[in-house]
Amino acid sequence: MESITGARSMWRLFRSNALGVVGLAIIVLFAVVALAGPFLAPYDPLSFGRPQDVLRAPGPGHLLGTDDLGRDVATALVAGSRVSLLVGLSATLISMLVGTLVGVVAGYYGRWVDTALMRFTDVFLVLPWLPLMLVLAALLGPSVWNIVLVIGLTGWAGTARVIRAQTLAIKERQFMERARSIGAGDGHIIMHHLMPNVFPLIFANTILVTAVSILSETTLSFLGMGDSTRPSWGTMLHFAFESGAASSGALWFILPPGFCVLLLVMGFTFLGYAFDEILNPKLRKR
Amino acid sequence: MKRTVFVKKIFQAALTILGVLVINYFLFRVMPGDPASMLARNPRMSAESVTRINEMFGLDKPWYVQFGMYFGDLVRGDLGDSFIFKKSVALIIWERVPATLLLTVVAEVLAIAAGMSIGVVAAWKRGRPVDVGALGFALVSYSMPTFWLGILLVAFFSGYLHLFPVSGMISPSLVFASPIVKLGDMLSHLVLPSLTLALVLIGEYALIMRNSMIDVLTEDYIVTARAKGLSESDILRKHAIPNAMIPMTTIIAMSLGFTITGALQVETVFSWPGLGRLMYEALKGRDYPLLQGIFLLTSVAVVGANFIADIVYGYIDPRVRA
Repeated sequence: MESITGARSMWRLFRSNALGVVGLAIIVLFAVVALAGPFLAPYDPLSFGRPQDVLRAPGPGHLLGTDDLGRDVATALVAGSRVSLLVGLSATLISMLVGTLVGVVAGYYGRWVDTALMRFTDVFLVLPWLPLMLVLAALLGPSVWNIVLVIGLTGWAGTARVIRAQTLAIKERQFMERARSIGAGDGHIIMHHLMPNVFPLIFANTILVTAVSILSETTLSFLGMGDSTRPSWGTMLHFAFESGAASSGALWFILPPGFCVLLLVMGFTFLGYAFDEILNPKLRKR
Repeated sequence: MKRTVFVKKIFQAALTILGVLVINYFLFRVMPGDPASMLARNPRMSAESVTRINEMFGLDKPWYVQFGMYFGDLVRGDLGDSFIFKKSVALIIWERVPATLLLTVVAEVLAIAAGMSIGVVAAWKRGRPVDVGALGFALVSYSMPTFWLGILLVAFFSGYLHLFPVSGMISPSLVFASPIVKLGDMLSHLVLPSLTLALVLIGEYALIMRNSMIDVLTEDYIVTARAKGLSESDILRKHAIPNAMIPMTTIIAMSLGFTITGALQVETVFSWPGLGRLMYEALKGRDYPLLQGIFLLTSVAVVGANFIADIVYGYIDPRVRA
């Protein structure tokens, strides 16, 4: 019963956190748009428009105008939300799996396992991630799943550190000792005693990692590593930049995708920050 | 700092750099799409040519010999030849370092000064409009794609107000101008890129400085200082700020990777002739030796900066000196 009241008081704390509520609302809004995408968008996101449709300013027929190939910007935005969310969430899943595994194993087994894993983690933590991701993406070739892989495999180090610290703290608690003394194996202890206590932290971290993953996807795609058959917001910005839309004043082609990225990432950042405040009482207002 | 700790830190930094070297090596040799197999994929290439290419890259030798060769080349400063520029990679990179250095140093100084000031004020006026505003600014700038911010600034300040040049580092028409005119021209080219990069960093620094200040302000010695009857500004200047600044040294060094990431994007948007622009060109031309060189240099720079920050930290915080 304790966990239910725990969840309830968490929810009450969360509801009083304006930042968190705004963040959640933004995320839900984008999720609805992404899911309802094909029903909302009036045009085919991939087929090029007629010559007279190229770079039309926003107006009737094309609510947000058209791009340099005559495609409807609003349609591309809706289709892009699916790619951006899909890539962001899938990459986060990989990051969290690797980060949790490394963190738990390092913290639980300690000694040389810990030293070796944490050295390895530090390499990934300090490396400038953009050059590394660009190199990986260039070698693997442009595809949505390669981008997921690249972002996922470079973004786990921070999570591993946090999870390790929490594991170390929990390892010293008495119930761990008790479980071991009645003969529970490592696997059982990790799954039934350690993980439930590490989980809240994994949850809070997932939200912040998602924000970073979505930003990474946008940046990689902007730099030309995106899959042009499944354009994301970053891919749209890549073509906008390459076609000189900024200097030619075709701002309707540059502003909306950027605003979408900004809003969605802000949603996740707000939510993550709110959880940080809830889980870290020192930051909570007195 | 004790000698043993110092030696341990050097050893750790060296180990990290070795890790970078190994990653760098295997990325380009083991991954699909490495340069040799790209060249060998050409269907019109004869079997002899493939053998010849493999010999040229040393691919016919066992992997440890290959790694030794690669390591030996590195020690001699040989990073191979660029595919697109047909010149030594080390030389090309060397030419581009000053521009990136200028951009990042100016942006860092701006960001550290502004970020710390905002953080201090926000923590001091905690919960008031200033704090909420600072927090909002920090979270928004954290969520903003750097390159997009750059594009917006160009569109507004160059495209609309015509205040600053759109791109590059120096106007081509000034080849024969006096040094002072050239300097002024370069500075006006520097404004927007450094402002973009600084804006992205300010939010992060402000947020960390704010939280660090809040941590410090709840410490007992602040209560003691207040009990002694020190004025609020003295508490802030003499007790709170110096202690809150200690974690900042680590954060600034740790986030150098983040700064480089930002610089790469800013340079791409503004055609600033540094390493970032070079990396974009290398990516477009799939110039693997050049990419590898840039990756190596930026990684070593970041590891080096973290090492220095560790040492500096030891000097300014006596608690970790033991």
